[in-house]
Amino acid sequence: MPSDVGRAAWLFLAPALILIFVFFFLPVLASLVLSVTDFDIYAIANPPTTRFVGLANYSKLIHSPEFWQALKNTFYFAIVGGPLTIAVSLAAALLLDARLVRFKSFFRTIYFTPFVTTLVAVAIVWRYLYHTRYGLLNYTLGHFGIGPIDWLGNPHWAMPAIILMSVWKNFGYNMLIFIAGLQAIPQDLYDAAEIDGAGPVRRFFAVTLPLLGPTLLFVGVITMIGYFQLFSEPYVMTNGGPLRATTSVVLMMYEEGFRWWRMGYAASIAFVLFVVILIATLIQFRLQKDRT
Amino acid sequence: MSRTNRRFLGGRSTEDYLPGAVSGPAGGYGQVASALTRRRISQVILYVFLIIGALIALMPMLWMLSASFMPTGEASTYPPHFFPSKITFSHYGELFTRLNLGRYLFNSALIAFTVTAISLVINSMAGYAFAKLRFRGRDRAFRILSLGLVLPVQVAMLPLFLLMKNLHLINTYWGVIIPGMASIFGIFLIRQYALSIPDDMLDAARIDGASELRIYWSVVVPGILPILATLAIWTFLATWNDFMWPLIVLSDEAHYTLPVALANLSGEHVMDTELMMAGSVLTVIPVLAVFLFLQRYYIQGVMAGSVKG
Repeated sequence: MPSDVGRAAWLFLAPALILIFVFFFLPVLASLVLSVTDFDIYAIANPPTTRFVGLANYSKLIHSPEFWQALKNTFYFAIVGGPLTIAVSLAAALLLDARLVRFKSFFRTIYFTPFVTTLVAVAIVWRYLYHTRYGLLNYTLGHFGIGPIDWLGNPHWAMPAIILMSVWKNFGYNMLIFIAGLQAIPQDLYDAAEIDGAGPVRRFFAVTLPLLGPTLLFVGVITMIGYFQLFSEPYVMTNGGPLRATTSVVLMMYEEGFRWWRMGYAASIAFVLFVVILIATLIQFRLQKDRT
Repeated sequence: MSRTNRRFLGGRSTEDYLPGAVSGPAGGYGQVASALTRRRISQVILYVFLIIGALIALMPMLWMLSASFMPTGEASTYPPHFFPSKITFSHYGELFTRLNLGRYLFNSALIAFTVTAISLVINSMAGYAFAKLRFRGRDRAFRILSLGLVLPVQVAMLPLFLLMKNLHLINTYWGVIIPGMASIFGIFLIRQYALSIPDDMLDAARIDGASELRIYWSVVVPGILPILATLAIWTFLATWNDFMWPLIVLSDEAHYTLPVALANLSGEHVMDTELMMAGSVLTVIPVLAVFLFLQRYYIQGVMAGSVKG
């Protein structure tokens, strides 16, 4: 009987494991190999022309101002956009968790809606909302005396514009996770803090935030991983411009690999992305460990 | 516990009436009254924030819907209109007649349904095996699989494209479908849920002589239906919304999914704001409908995937 179960188990696993191995793990490993070759458009037609070039792609990368710009843009997006998204998510979760509020599930649904929408479609919508002259955003800001901003045409404003849209699009997901985390905090702790004379702000920092630690780590890691993979927003809204101000690492990889077919070079970009995400994840785990 | 009680009691508890409030000349009564006023004020403030937030969350989509009905050119006027001066369906008509949107709608639906159906079977079998079947190498296989969660999918895309090219799957539906047929996240989600199936139930079925496949189909699947519903919605939405891989693997218009077609159209028709809004509406409406009707399952999935995992 046990061997029967074992055989059945592997049969149940086989389709998933084979698919994931062949169409995910293998390509990831192949990417590493590809990155030390000069695989290009000629190689696609005739693979044997590919040569081993060692670390040439990586050294080209290090000396490429475009790459450093893309890396800087991606970090800008992740380091400003990530915490901003988390802050907005947490604020929304606290609002929805407030005792005095009713119609919670109604508001929760509304807040979550942007997250389920199709990114390409809403990126197009936001492109028009950001229009310097006809856009609703500048019109609204105009009422507060804020002059028209060329959101997507000005290199200084393009990335903030993309960050703003991303916060709007993504905060609902983290918000749900925070709500679950908040509901797991025992009310007794708040009561005790209140008896000790702690006001709402102090209760937030002394009770809510520390107990939300694991949730915060989870949200931080997935938001960071997601944000380092920035691609569709600049592809649709700015095409990486103006002056490459919104070209992300993944967008550069896409252009090098699938527009110019410099696939060896593009693979080295992909690999750097992987290392960056890995390091960012490890740092977050470390930060969390130090705090507790 | 005390929290649920409090909610049950209509959200009122003693300390709500005992802030360090000013004790008026009327003594006890004044204290209670001012506490109630304070409560009322903070409630109003909370609602103001909530409603402003809701408006911001909905505004882009409301404007998209409204602009899609505007006569050509009206969305590009100053000051901006929020409502159409007269309602026209001509942009929707143009999308279906001249711009072939029906085709892309069909492609998107076909791909999303196929991926959802196939991946549900494959992921649930694997998730169940990891949760409930004892076999050699289980823990190691699971650990290796979990490594995949930190690997960004984009790292796989260049070689995956070459692999698909060798398999002659570029520009085919299968080129999009196959990489979506199994997902590590899906397996984890199912495994987590399947852990709660009682072993006795499985053993009883075994003693009755049921085959492993039969046990999976008639004991396990009915037991994990809620999480299957969650995963189905999740997969459908993710596949429908996916952009980068379809963009890479589909180069022929006849196979475009909606997001790819939309991104392509938006390059050619930058000035046709109303037309682009109609296209965006058609792309977003199916996913919004799925979400709104089945949100209970979907939201449970988000919470289950995070808090326990």
